[in-house]
Amino acid sequence: MTSSEAANKLKAKFGDLISELPEFRGESSVALADAEKIVEVCRYAKSDLDFNYLVDISSLDHYGDDPRWTVVYHLRGLGHGCELRIKTNVSEEISKLPSVTSVWAAANWHEREIYDMMGIHFRDHPDLRRILMWEGYPYFPLRKDFPLAGKESDMPGIAFSKPSPMEGGPFVTVAGGGSATAREPRIRIPEPETGESTGLIEKK
Amino acid sequence: MQTQSEIGYNSKIEGDVVVTTVDAALNWFRKNSVWPMPMGLACCAIELMAVGASRFDISRFGSEVMRFSPRQADCMIVAGTVTYKMALSVRRIWDQMPEPKWCIAMGACASTGGMYRSYAVLQGVDRIIPVDIYISGCPPRPEAVLDALMKLQKKISTQPVIENLTITNLKKEAA
Repeated sequence: MTSSEAANKLKAKFGDLISELPEFRGESSVALADAEKIVEVCRYAKSDLDFNYLVDISSLDHYGDDPRWTVVYHLRGLGHGCELRIKTNVSEEISKLPSVTSVWAAANWHEREIYDMMGIHFRDHPDLRRILMWEGYPYFPLRKDFPLAGKESDMPGIAFSKPSPMEGGPFVTVAGGGSATAREPRIRIPEPETGESTGLIEKK
Repeated sequence: MQTQSEIGYNSKIEGDVVVTTVDAALNWFRKNSVWPMPMGLACCAIELMAVGASRFDISRFGSEVMRFSPRQADCMIVAGTVTYKMALSVRRIWDQMPEPKWCIAMGACASTGGMYRSYAVLQGVDRIIPVDIYISGCPPRPEAVLDALMKLQKKISTQPVIENLTITNLKKEAA
């Protein structure tokens, strides 16, 4: 089985819910229209399509756009060796989708990390606590509207945090070409946006 | 034959007596057996291991006894990035160390946060505990750690001991 066959089988089973995204380097991605159906789709992918290994779950923040979140499930079948990505969108008002821990136990910590860093909740998760930051930290640091330097917080007896001095940073390195002076990490003022917006900052 | 002993010059023990002050003697003991508490938090800890191993051999300076119990340690070597989540544990371990105690901040991260200008990293361990010696480098060479230890020994040898004893302070307060 190839990964595009797997994507077609998913499409045949779930119909309009699944749409195929452009193939990249022999790996297929599918988009799932309704995030609430993610457990059903994943269970089918595991039991019938032999995707027995959940490589990773990642999340994207399209700050300023709606829906704001994209959650990406990276699957692999250790038997047939194919990769498949399932992407699904979640709006900011909901910020919640079902947990797939009942399908792959490995999803437990992946989902905890997404909850910790992005603040997306997972319903029916057995143990949805923060995994990297301390319990009680009030922010979600990988969101686009969270400053790189951090924010002040205080949990007496547990931890505190303060914004770090950026000293003119962040310092950006330019890849390839040019002299070493041009490539080295230094302050670079972002060029004014022209034409299409990248949808990252400056939406308000 | 000498029938009475008195403090003073005695030709029989000439050459076997060193006259010193209590402070100097105690400091001499202290500085040559600084037992480190290795607070290994990141890559600097690997260099710290090299300091303890045969090539660099920290035991030449009397500090080979790495104590993993803070109650038996004299000098905390903070080797690595102190995250806010770890900061409380570092502070607790420091508080568990008995006086007299010293601290070496090893490397850029422990000294200032280093390259981690980030929401998760404490910007220098001196924000929570007093640091005696800072070592630059990312990570520092093992020689730099030995140099820091020698500097710490120099510092220890100048510190007044009797003055700082709790019992002396209590007497002063009572008087």
